[in-house]
Amino acid sequence: MRNEWQRAWAVAWKDLLIERRAKAAFNAMAFFAGLVLLTFGFAFGPDVPAGEAGQGTLLQQLAPGLFWVTILFAGVLALDRSFQVELERGGGALNALRLYPGDRRAIYVGKLVANITIMFVMEMLVCPVAGILYSLDLWPRLPGLAGVAILATTGFAAVGTFYAALTANLRARQVLLPLLMFPVLVPVILAAVKATDLVFHGDAMGELGSWLRLLAAVDVLFLTTCLLVFEFVLEE
Amino acid sequence: MAAGDAVALLGPNGSGKSTLLRILATAARPTAGDARVFGISTQDGDPVRRRVGLLADRAPLYDELTAVENLRFAAAMYGVRASVEDLRAALAEVGLARAAGAKVRTFSQGMLQRLSLARTALQDPDLVLLDEPYNALDVDGVRLVDQLLASARARGKTAILATHHIAKGLAHCSRVITLAGGRVSFDGPAATFAASQAALDAGSWE
Repeated sequence: MRNEWQRAWAVAWKDLLIERRAKAAFNAMAFFAGLVLLTFGFAFGPDVPAGEAGQGTLLQQLAPGLFWVTILFAGVLALDRSFQVELERGGGALNALRLYPGDRRAIYVGKLVANITIMFVMEMLVCPVAGILYSLDLWPRLPGLAGVAILATTGFAAVGTFYAALTANLRARQVLLPLLMFPVLVPVILAAVKATDLVFHGDAMGELGSWLRLLAAVDVLFLTTCLLVFEFVLEE
Repeated sequence: MAAGDAVALLGPNGSGKSTLLRILATAARPTAGDARVFGISTQDGDPVRRRVGLLADRAPLYDELTAVENLRFAAAMYGVRASVEDLRAALAEVGLARAAGAKVRTFSQGMLQRLSLARTALQDPDLVLLDEPYNALDVDGVRLVDQLLASARARGKTAILATHHIAKGLAHCSRVITLAGGRVSFDGPAATFAASQAALDAGSWE
């Protein structure tokens, strides 16, 4: 078992080191996220009142949804990249990954840890940018926001890493990855947006705990399922 | 094959040499029948992978990592305990001591092949599968492959060498199997291969 954790760590270390040097996924994600946040800011306008949608500006009311739309679509770039690095030099590295002895779930866990780390770093950058563009008071809401982000990112990356491995060898993987992934992720997206909305706009009915429990339950379900079937996903 | 044997796998392009090696390494499944390595079906996967090493034609290396980092990752995945000094020594053995800290994306084809050789040696498998190991190698590189094969045989390891270099195959292996269109066209001692029809069909001896 100790060996498997070491192998998982080796995969995560390797992926993070490659990303730190190449910054291929991170640069694309940061550029995309910044562009989307800015576009929404211009589209809805910074001073348009929320009206019937609630207090404050329209952007402040829509911020939870816009934040997660940005994170999820930008995250697809990181997930796609996570197995793209194995395809360098004609896919020799992917073949080698298949041939290493031991439990292949260690590879999944390693890739998952790397993807979650990359996405967290991006979220930490997107948050203040969204805060500035949409005039959000983030500081007092940070603990709640961090809790939602941890649970939602884990669920998103669990499914995303699995489908990234499944589509790694396909020519149309960049199209197929979001098409396969997002329908499965509907519960994560709904719960994340709703929980973030409650963190930002108050939780008068005490619903936040239920949404966080739903996120945690979905995370456990996704992680268990993906770990059980990952062995077969890596088969050629 | 008996344990400790060395077999040369010869045949033209597309005859099935690489496919056979990939099946034995569990990288591909046979479309029919079964392949057994050390008495274990390749369908069982992991028990076979623990004892088989494949030096494939496509380098299993990461461009953004240095040579040492690539070996370090492979060692961790194989469960081999190796310090940085051990890894540097392994690189020195394949003539890459000076390039140990260089990123692999700066390597020539021959250097990539040398690094792949070091990676295979690190695993030290019971069955070594070499798929066109002489590709892109200079004279010293060819000598390294020869040393790897000789060392594996001296330690009682089993080896299968898929190559177009018929002379190299005969020099290292006691048995020759030739493939044509996915089927065995010759299977016998290396000594009788030269006089066979298969040797004539095999083409160039360069």
